[in-house]
Amino acid sequence: MNRKRILWIAPPLAVLVVLGWAGFAPVSVPSHDELFEIPKGTYARRMAGDKVEILPAKIRLTLGLNDVLLLRNLDVVPQVFGPTIMMPGQSFRLPFEKAAEYQFACTAHASGQMTIVVEPEPVMPWSKIRWRVRDWWENRKT
Amino acid sequence: MLLGAGAASAAPEATALKAGVLSPVMAAPELALQATDGQALNLARYRGKVVLLAFGFSNCGEVCPITLATLAGARKKLGEAAGNVQVVYVTVDPERDDAARMKKFLGSFDPSFVGGVGTRAEIDAAQKSYGISSSKKVFADGNYSIGHSSSIYMIDRAGGLRAVMPYGHTADDFVHDLKILLRQ
Repeated sequence: MNRKRILWIAPPLAVLVVLGWAGFAPVSVPSHDELFEIPKGTYARRMAGDKVEILPAKIRLTLGLNDVLLLRNLDVVPQVFGPTIMMPGQSFRLPFEKAAEYQFACTAHASGQMTIVVEPEPVMPWSKIRWRVRDWWENRKT
Repeated sequence: MLLGAGAASAAPEATALKAGVLSPVMAAPELALQATDGQALNLARYRGKVVLLAFGFSNCGEVCPITLATLAGARKKLGEAAGNVQVVYVTVDPERDDAARMKKFLGSFDPSFVGGVGTRAEIDAAQKSYGISSSKKVFADGNYSIGHSSSIYMIDRAGGLRAVMPYGHTADDFVHDLKILLRQ
């Protein structure tokens, strides 16, 4: 009887423990930098008619966590990313301090546009849970 | 051209800038334009100063007035140190902006600001070297406006293109970064 009761209680209890941890434990990441690289040959492929997307059309950042966009131009030609031009071999490290949606021009995109969504730091339990779920979902293949 | 020594020594402090930081630091593309002070406009003139370089036009009703007011505000807050900061504003509208017009426009914000003007070909070359895009929007009455890149390039005392401040930052953000660049 006791064993049967435990089997009934254990699953919801486990869920509560996980939710409690996800909602209240501090959220941290190994680095504030969110790195994206423009690989060598991007310009050549585009000129050859290849519409390959090197970078995601939309990048999500979170204040206090991954709130620095780090771009590296590994191509052999200059690339324009939003506010700047990056020479071959150069990187651009752009910190964000305000939650907002930013639109940038980007020559590494077939569309020529790139959107960066900067979200507020997850402070409340629900926002922490949402951040963990999304982080797990986006990184499940890596 | 790499400015190796500057890049190596500046790295830790560069990360503290509020602007986006370029690494390694390379020489800022040179300008070959006419300045609103009657001289040739090239960046070599301002070695030893920090240059804030931006592109715009005198008929701009939205972005440019805010950018220029912000930069003027930053210079005021810097006090005496502002003497080591040069704002250079290059037109993207050479058909309408001549030296006199740009001088009057910029002077309404800060008389120390220097404008850059030139032929269409000269302006196109300057825009290309900094990755500046611009597109003309013609209205029904024949008048037009120009959408353009609105970032501010921060060039250090040695002529290295160190950082880029996207549009929308405050005068205090510029003061913060300028103090760092002026210390170097």
